[in-house]
Amino acid sequence: MDRPWIFRTYSGHSTPEASNELYRTNLAKGQTGLSVAFDLPTQTGIDADDPQARGEVGKVGVPIGHLGDMRALFDSIPIEKMNTSMTINSTAPWLLALYVALAEEREIAPKVLQGTTQNDVLKEFLARGTYVAPPAASVRLTVDVITFTVAHVPDWNPMNVCSYHLQEAGATPVQELAYSVANAIQILDSTRERLGPGADMSPVFSRMSFFVNAGIRFVEETCKMRAFTRLWDRLGKERYGVTDEKARRFRYGVQVNSLGLTERQPENNIVRIVLEALGVTLSKDARCRALQLPAWNEALGLPRPWDQQWSLRIQQILAFETDLLEHEDLFAGSHVVEKRVSALCDEAWAEVEEVQRRGGALVAIESGYIKSKLVESNARRLSAIERGEQTVVGVNKYVETAVSPLTASGDGGILVVDPAVQARQTAKLATHRASRSASDVSRAIDGLRAALTKGDNVMPASIAAAKAGVTTGEWGTVLRDVFGDYRAPTGIGGAPVMRAGEASPSLTMLRAEVKALESVLGRRAKILVGKPGLDGHSNGAEQIALKARDVGFDVVYEGIRSTPERIVASALEEGVHLVGLSILSGSHRELVPEIVQRLREAGLDVPVVVGGIIPEVDETALLAAGVRRVYTPKDFELDGIMRDLVAILRGGA
Amino acid sequence: MDSAFVAGLAARVIARDRPSIAAALNLVEDRRPSQRAAQRELLRLVDRARSARRIGITGPPGAGKSTLCAALARAFIGRGQSVGVVAVDPSSPKSGGALLGDRVRIVREGAPDPRLFVRSLAAGGDLGGLSRAAPGCIAVLAASADVVLVETVGVGQSEVEVAREVDLTVVVVQPSSGDALQFLKAGLFEIPDVVVIGKSDLGDVAQRAEAELRHALGVAAQVGVDNGEVAVACASGLTGAGIDGLADAIEARFVALDESGALGLRRREGDVARAFFALVRRVGEVGLDALGGEDAARARIATAIEAGGSPLDAALTIADASIALLRPSR
Repeated sequence: MDRPWIFRTYSGHSTPEASNELYRTNLAKGQTGLSVAFDLPTQTGIDADDPQARGEVGKVGVPIGHLGDMRALFDSIPIEKMNTSMTINSTAPWLLALYVALAEEREIAPKVLQGTTQNDVLKEFLARGTYVAPPAASVRLTVDVITFTVAHVPDWNPMNVCSYHLQEAGATPVQELAYSVANAIQILDSTRERLGPGADMSPVFSRMSFFVNAGIRFVEETCKMRAFTRLWDRLGKERYGVTDEKARRFRYGVQVNSLGLTERQPENNIVRIVLEALGVTLSKDARCRALQLPAWNEALGLPRPWDQQWSLRIQQILAFETDLLEHEDLFAGSHVVEKRVSALCDEAWAEVEEVQRRGGALVAIESGYIKSKLVESNARRLSAIERGEQTVVGVNKYVETAVSPLTASGDGGILVVDPAVQARQTAKLATHRASRSASDVSRAIDGLRAALTKGDNVMPASIAAAKAGVTTGEWGTVLRDVFGDYRAPTGIGGAPVMRAGEASPSLTMLRAEVKALESVLGRRAKILVGKPGLDGHSNGAEQIALKARDVGFDVVYEGIRSTPERIVASALEEGVHLVGLSILSGSHRELVPEIVQRLREAGLDVPVVVGGIIPEVDETALLAAGVRRVYTPKDFELDGIMRDLVAILRGGA
Repeated sequence: MDSAFVAGLAARVIARDRPSIAAALNLVEDRRPSQRAAQRELLRLVDRARSARRIGITGPPGAGKSTLCAALARAFIGRGQSVGVVAVDPSSPKSGGALLGDRVRIVREGAPDPRLFVRSLAAGGDLGGLSRAAPGCIAVLAASADVVLVETVGVGQSEVEVAREVDLTVVVVQPSSGDALQFLKAGLFEIPDVVVIGKSDLGDVAQRAEAELRHALGVAAQVGVDNGEVAVACASGLTGAGIDGLADAIEARFVALDESGALGLRRREGDVARAFFALVRRVGEVGLDALGGEDAARARIATAIEAGGSPLDAALTIADASIALLRPSR
């Protein structure tokens, strides 16, 4: 009988206190590990009272501003026995430092701590976008965490190489395999360089884990996982000279696919989630070590405790009711699976070599090569759904439905974060700042700056800073000061335009309509695609920008993490005819009305449309605030959105 | 749009009022015939108030123009100057649309900078490295900023085209591509004032390219190609290395051009070339013949500009004359 994987639920919201309560409830329900979701200010190293944090505090995760918040988050939770996974990347050294500081405060030796820091900054430049320092400096910090934990917290997984977000950004299975392995090579090579020639890479290699996605094509996903184990084994043996077979074992955690979860007929998502869970559990030789399942209503907004419980029960039924864990590997000897696995391995390895030929993952990210490949794949995927070549039940086929009792309850079927949370966190932060010793803080910050400047490992100075009461924003500020601002390539510049031959009649007609707008507007219709707030999930904005160009608009796309001020300045300077905003973090309630108001104050009467995860109740409020259209995941037909834009610009809508 | 409105708009542009600068740019970009009179009037007024140093940045695609342009803009802002940027991106010939991606590289994180104004343009159907709207936009920004940077698409004859719109041209080449020698072979050295080996963060490759270029320039001087004034710099927009030196070189060049009187001469020549281009686009070869050929047309333009007309004014007036000559008399 195989042991079950670790059951987790990616969770955290509002405040450390509220999240603590949620964790304790989840553990009582049989969850066996924690998976901490941090809010975007924490993920990007800014404080709750920073203007850029407006609307973001406590939205997509828990805000952790200093050691006091960490104490509250793990209150009455025995961290010496817990396996804690933290989805944290650029600020991973800082959050790990807070965790270690908390342990030491509780007189727990750091060496007994178990868990994972995601710490894969490279993929943040490709998807998700919560980077702080530029790529090369980010790699250095990643390596800092790795060498620190290998030496001092030996049971910690210092890095989860993420293929998860690559799939969310549109990667094919081959691309998912190839680019995550290429990212791992970049980090391992850099670590080897740090450790010096002749260093034994086994302790490092054996601690590297992966964070993988599982989509609905669960047979192929099973094959993908088997391919992963094979590629990883080969890499360990050939490139890093790891002789111990156990140290080359591919260890991974999973969050199954959110990309394929639909807003229409959302109850169907529960079936998708079950099937996706099969993809990473069926094959014993390639079974995940930890699994977190999303909630059925993710495409609608934040899940409630009951929604999360339902997902946890799926895991428990799978592990404890079925006979899954009783068998040896089900696919050993299957020539069908074997054929697919070797094909995936070969194709992925060829692409790994292509990235290496281009100078490795760091160079291929900085040049935009990998990003443009992902954007291209995602465009192809969306177009297949739009044309009906790829079936999505309830969305582009079998769309008729009775009223769902699941979403009929008074709360709209989602959790809404109390808008007062930001004010409360800000007040607590002020109290915290007033209570600490100013000289300790400035000494700790100087120490941190010195470590970063000199190239020392950032961890000891960060732990000292955590104990001195330094805040997340202060830590992030030192990082930005030392390494400078960075903006990642958007990846949409290089994507090929759909040729006339591939163009559908509707595309051809749209192009003519966009061209015809010239006579109304006096020049080519120009639109601004803006992503205000800290949310870095740029897929939607990128696909809209690409599509808009393909139908003939001039498109200004500024990339992620813009502010209302900047968006208004861009709209003015660029003389755009329409502003499109994309927000997925839930901060639309605050940011969108502010942008509309600022535009009007600047004398710009341009129409504004918004896309994102926007609950129906908010939609009404946004329309009342002057927004012309609101698009949610159910509006998957990009051509339809483009037709809307044309109509708005023509003045007819 | 009456002339009092246009006069007011021009005055506010010159007073550097940002919404008015935006409105003026929208006006000069407008291609409807109904807007032509207002455009002509506006350009006459802003051309007269031209105060900026206009710098063209050109070079092959991928050479690092926009990163360098961004770094230069910051360098000039750091020196207390206000900067206007006209960034041109290619349009897709298939869809007619364009992704205007330079802005993201030029504008920094944080609050918008009141000393920076960026207008991105799509090249549209124009095959060169500039957009049809670019000259008008440059004129508006040149009346409302201290420095205007013009970033071309970097294909076709953009070096030649941008030269008539600016005071000084910076050509960016990639260290590893052999661009430096290609330039020499193409005989383009009379155009750039400054050649920058971009991406100097690539290290050795960049240094080799610089040495190669200096050597090539030396040889060219011996065989009589006029290149005595070309400055060679190594810079990286990415790391910022060499950018201050480049800004110094550009400023020094402006001072030298000003002192020798060459700047005034260049501006006049540029204005004539720009007007001539506009004239040809409007009347074509037939119209040119009616005016007595290219030299005669240029001479008429020069006289009109000398008399205080703006280039567009001169072009349109002479175009009207040409068209009148071509009409059969009754």
